[in-house]
Amino acid sequence: MWGFLKRPVVVTADINLSLVALTGMGLLSRLWRLTYPRAVVFDEVYYGQYISFYMKQIFFLDDSGPPFGHMVLALGGYLGGFDGNFLWNRIGAENALITQSRLMLLESVLIFFNLLAVLSYLKFFNCQKHSPFSLSWWFWLTLTGVACSCAVGIKYMGVFTYVLVLGVAAVHAWHLIGDQTLSNVCVFCHLLARAVALLVIPVVLYLLFFYVHLILVFRSGPHDQIMSSAFQASLEGGLARITQGQPLEVAFGSQVTLRNVFGKPVPCWLHSHQDTYPMIYENGRGSSHQQQVTCYPFKDVNNWWIVKDPRRHQLVVSSPPRPVRHGDMVQLVHGMTTRSLNTHDVAAPLSPHSQEVSCYIDYNISMPAQNLWRLEIVNRGSDTDVWKTILSEVRFVHVNTSAVLKLSGAHLPDWGYRQLEIVGEKLSRGYHGSTVWNVEEHRYGASQEQRERERELHSPAQVDVSRNLSFMARFSELQWRMLALRSDDSEHKYSSSPLEWVTLDTNIAYWLHPRTSAQIHLLGNIVIWVSGSLALAIYALLSLWYLLRRRRNVHDLPQDAWLRWVLAGALCAGGWAVNYVPFFLMEKTLFLYHYLPALTFQILLLPVVLQHISDHLCRSQLQRSVFSALVVAWYSSACHVSNTLRPLTYGDKSLSPHELKALRWKDSWDILIRKH
Amino acid sequence: MPPATGGGLAESELRPRRGRCSPQAARAAGRDVAAEAVARSPKRPAWGSRRFEAAGWWALLALVTLLSFATRFHRLDEPPHICWDETHFGKMGSYYINRTFFFDVHPPLGKMLIGLAGYLSGYDGTFLFQKPGDKYEHHSYMGMRGFCAFLGSWLVPFAYLTVLDLSKSLSAALLTAALLTFDTGCLTLSQYILLDPILMFFIMAAMLSMVKYNSCADRPFSAPWWFWLSLTGVSLAGALGVKFVGLFIILQVGLNTIADLWYLFGDLSLSLVTVGKHLTARVLCLIVLPLALYTATFAVHFMVLSKSGPGDGFFSSAFQARLSGNNLHNASIPEHLAYGSVITVKNLRMAIGYLHSHRHLYPEGIGARQQQVTTYLHKDYNNLWIIKKHNTNSDPLDPSFPVEFVRHGDIIRLEHKETSRNLHSHYHEAPMTRKHYQVTGYGINGTGDSNDFWRIEVVNRKFGNRIKVLRSRIRFIHLVTGCVLGSSGKVLPKWGWEQLEVTCTPYLKETLNSIWNVEDHINPKLPNISLDVLQPSFPEILLESHMVMIRGNSGLKPKDNEFTSKPWHWPINYQGLRFSGVNDTDFRVYLLGNPVVWWLNLLSIALYLLSGSIIAVAMQRGARLPAEVAGLSQVLLRGGGQVLLGWTLHYFPFFLMGRVLYFHHYFPAMLFSSMLTGILWDTLLRLCAWGLASWPLARGIHVAGILSLLLGTAYSFYLFHPLAYGMVGPLAQDPQSPMAGLRWLDSWDF
Repeated sequence: MWGFLKRPVVVTADINLSLVALTGMGLLSRLWRLTYPRAVVFDEVYYGQYISFYMKQIFFLDDSGPPFGHMVLALGGYLGGFDGNFLWNRIGAENALITQSRLMLLESVLIFFNLLAVLSYLKFFNCQKHSPFSLSWWFWLTLTGVACSCAVGIKYMGVFTYVLVLGVAAVHAWHLIGDQTLSNVCVFCHLLARAVALLVIPVVLYLLFFYVHLILVFRSGPHDQIMSSAFQASLEGGLARITQGQPLEVAFGSQVTLRNVFGKPVPCWLHSHQDTYPMIYENGRGSSHQQQVTCYPFKDVNNWWIVKDPRRHQLVVSSPPRPVRHGDMVQLVHGMTTRSLNTHDVAAPLSPHSQEVSCYIDYNISMPAQNLWRLEIVNRGSDTDVWKTILSEVRFVHVNTSAVLKLSGAHLPDWGYRQLEIVGEKLSRGYHGSTVWNVEEHRYGASQEQRERERELHSPAQVDVSRNLSFMARFSELQWRMLALRSDDSEHKYSSSPLEWVTLDTNIAYWLHPRTSAQIHLLGNIVIWVSGSLALAIYALLSLWYLLRRRRNVHDLPQDAWLRWVLAGALCAGGWAVNYVPFFLMEKTLFLYHYLPALTFQILLLPVVLQHISDHLCRSQLQRSVFSALVVAWYSSACHVSNTLRPLTYGDKSLSPHELKALRWKDSWDILIRKH
Repeated sequence: MPPATGGGLAESELRPRRGRCSPQAARAAGRDVAAEAVARSPKRPAWGSRRFEAAGWWALLALVTLLSFATRFHRLDEPPHICWDETHFGKMGSYYINRTFFFDVHPPLGKMLIGLAGYLSGYDGTFLFQKPGDKYEHHSYMGMRGFCAFLGSWLVPFAYLTVLDLSKSLSAALLTAALLTFDTGCLTLSQYILLDPILMFFIMAAMLSMVKYNSCADRPFSAPWWFWLSLTGVSLAGALGVKFVGLFIILQVGLNTIADLWYLFGDLSLSLVTVGKHLTARVLCLIVLPLALYTATFAVHFMVLSKSGPGDGFFSSAFQARLSGNNLHNASIPEHLAYGSVITVKNLRMAIGYLHSHRHLYPEGIGARQQQVTTYLHKDYNNLWIIKKHNTNSDPLDPSFPVEFVRHGDIIRLEHKETSRNLHSHYHEAPMTRKHYQVTGYGINGTGDSNDFWRIEVVNRKFGNRIKVLRSRIRFIHLVTGCVLGSSGKVLPKWGWEQLEVTCTPYLKETLNSIWNVEDHINPKLPNISLDVLQPSFPEILLESHMVMIRGNSGLKPKDNEFTSKPWHWPINYQGLRFSGVNDTDFRVYLLGNPVVWWLNLLSIALYLLSGSIIAVAMQRGARLPAEVAGLSQVLLRGGGQVLLGWTLHYFPFFLMGRVLYFHHYFPAMLFSSMLTGILWDTLLRLCAWGLASWPLARGIHVAGILSLLLGTAYSFYLFHPLAYGMVGPLAQDPQSPMAGLRWLDSWDF
């Protein structure tokens, strides 16, 4: 682990001769025996899957981050000749190829871009002092923006570092504004350049990632259902195959399927079937005993409804078709049973405060049909808008009771085949997705006879009109869904809480050899972790001390040393804070590897503090030598620990249970020991 | 606001120099405010005119206060039935009067005050407060409503004084007062038995006293300085004691104090001893005093609520032993667990409850169709289990057998007393937490299979020890699968009677969810011991009740498909809350901000950010501002900044909260936002008037602007007042409705 973090140390210790050597060592430690183990390790099971999707150009959705990271990995796989036909379904399966980094996870890529962003900002800041607007000034400024957007594009965690860089840049810009030696125009140019490089470029790049992503994955895939009908219709295969060629405008006589826009707990379509509501429910309440109306999460011929004009009897589209507009009165006739959608003042089966929705059966018991609905197009441009397939989001308001057709989200009991309950909501408060529907499949009905119509309902749609969704619409929907997507069950054997990270009370077992006890763990070098935390504490205390003294006009440090100390702290301690603290507010499942970006910054702080102590706090030569000796001792102990834990990092050596137990330094570490 | 006031304003200089502490001279030393002070008092008023001004000052304050009280107390008794959350807070007031213990997610002060008000006004605590809409009939409820309205009425004068102190401008203060007086939302929220008026009272009191002590900074350690400083502390304790939202105002005062101390520390003319004195004074008044008061409210709370009540089950067994009427109170039970004992098992995680089973099966499709096992918060016969040996079925209570104690590490069986089924687990997924195993009741008359065997373990103890009632923290490990018995804390659907899910978790991480203790223990063969030793100390009680409250707060998660309010809805007044009534024949009250006020506030925030940043950049560039403009900029940046900070602190944290949010959570922020509006418009209009100084009517711009804002708000209140005072009649779409044509957003439903 620590070898892997070697390179960053060099960055702030300023460039010296050992740079090349250390980089070489860092690379060596990371690439050494990279192809081992030839098996799928931990989360690679997911990321590998996503890469396969890229290869096959199938649409997918992942809530962990934007697509750039996946694309980088996919590119690696592509260059390596990976053809996407390997099934990433089981941890431990043999694999032909391990790509790019040691563990094909996104963290290392993220850290790379995080550090690149900070480094290039520092470079830029140095250029600012002597040669603003020079070529290298521009280069480093742009690189900062690019690195930031790459970091954000890999994981949303990258936003933290982006915010940090923006914050530091804003403070520097504020000083620039206060610099009265510069002309107004000059200041303006400076600000403009920064705004372009640090705001515009990242946004454009971010959009670009999505653009490429959406171009690459244009086929339908397993996550289609989460997206809206319009989005699905833009994917090749899937819904597009069905909706391609549907008439756009819904007319009286149209046959449609209606999908609930909210789609929770599952996406579903308005549905009805022969069965009726039970006369008496389990809790003793009565029902109307009319035909059930439900929401059904699968495609089915019983999902088809016919939009009927209440003033006419026919169920076919007249020629020319008469489109349905906002505010029109309609009846919805169930295609297979020709009963119409009805609601009345009877309590719904599971939500007694709402009205029951049924398909009306005339029992001749003085319960009249109440089957008139007023169509409201929610996203209408004007009040005379036409109801459009897929694009229009509509509400059905019951004319007699002004109840709104709504998906309650509850599952009906066995008599309703565990389908979802549909109710008439009387107190509808504003817009909510569960009361909004859109037409997904649509065709103009042509058969008068019921028998013929049934055949028609079973056959796929014919007519041909095509539509496309603009990139921005697709982007905003995809982005929105990614942010809103939540994995429900959030417990994992190796999940941990942020507090455990600092003290390294947790680890993650990535891989275990199928036969021997060789294994790979995500486990930190405890010396490095402790000294990182220590450095942070020392930095905080020293800063507080200096600040208080300066306030009383005692200047311990020369001005430029002080400024360097503050800047280094702002970037390193700040980087640690922004990458760590937000996790306390998150409710998702957290793992040790979420701490790695923060840790990197903490380790960057280490040499800063060491250097500072040696330069400013060691008064005599003797103290200085003692201090150097301590540093060397510390360094060798870190090397020693790293070497001891090596078998768990590389997984190349099978250890005996006794040796493994000896490595279990903390009770909370979960090291796998085979029972024989 | 009647126009006469505005007229009076125009004549007086609009800038009285009042207040016991000289206001602007604060921190005159380091900061360049001398010029401003000069600019703000062009001539020294004569003695007579000063007296006149003072009288005018008091008259205005009295007028503002009077108007506020009048609007709040108007039709306070309507509707004579329970509105919205009165059902909770009224009920809790009754609990205090009846002295029964209950549990709520908020600290006790607010409800205690409501209870006190009810008690003093002759309410006897017998009304049940069952659900909104219940008629009060003969019960006296006006005392409680009156108390809330009384505190709610003080918001306006407090805001008035705060703005006056921050801006030194009567017109800004008047504008703020008008915005708040004429806001239907503030009005509605102040008229019912709710925590919000009490909370907002303390928040505004803290803000006012903080501003006051800031302006006493030139005379530190004087009597008024001490007075305002300690009053700040008292108000902070009050705010936190009502709701945890009070933390935000604490944060604001804290930031202000840190800045203040930082400034003093940098003042080299002060010795370190003086700085130390300043620090000590603040620690005493702003940390020690509030903490002591806050703790005191809890002490009173626990003292008053000494009887067992509906909140018992939320608390640990030891806690319950304090409450008279609880079966643990003054109880004596056998100390060590033995085979054959009848026990109840309580989860150590707060608000999970007792291990429970009942004669209902898991429904089809959810694991095996065996008897449900859940956790249940209330005491019930179905919580009783018999502890038995795993391998014999003989009755251990048979007097011929010797007593055998259960020891750490024993293999046991838990038999449900009412249904004689064994606690059982197997490789079926649990109903809600799919990664855990299902726990069921299995077997007939105690005969089951090897999946009924559990190993009982005491946490952190050696094998072979006996197990103590109440004090041993135990775990049950399923022998066959190796999983641990726990409760996930998730609420089961209707088929499970909305009790909590019990699972067997294969992850052996030690969490409180899988640790239990034995609470009731019946075994006739064993001697009983008294439980008085268990009585927890006050700090323990305090800590425990806070843990329960925090957990309760984060447990208020929105249910699927529920209409919830999002924080971004609030400032735009997107949706109100229905306090009372639905249909056109009902008496309807609808909590909604006066849209004119709210949208003006929203616009003002944007305008403030714009003008504030222009001024800040100009100053950073070293622009030389004329004295008048510099003074106004100071007001805008300092005074406005304080208030903006308040708004930020009371609004943005809600974005991070996972719990259910409601519209009324925005009202503290709205108070700050209204103060900002007052300061901003007054300053902008003054700047405008200054910019057009060559124009003859320049001064008029300011007066006309303020007047039109005042009149506009008053008129909008005239339009929207039925929302707050209640209305009967058709809904807004009907032209006959009192609100006809006023439903400007579709999302408002009235």
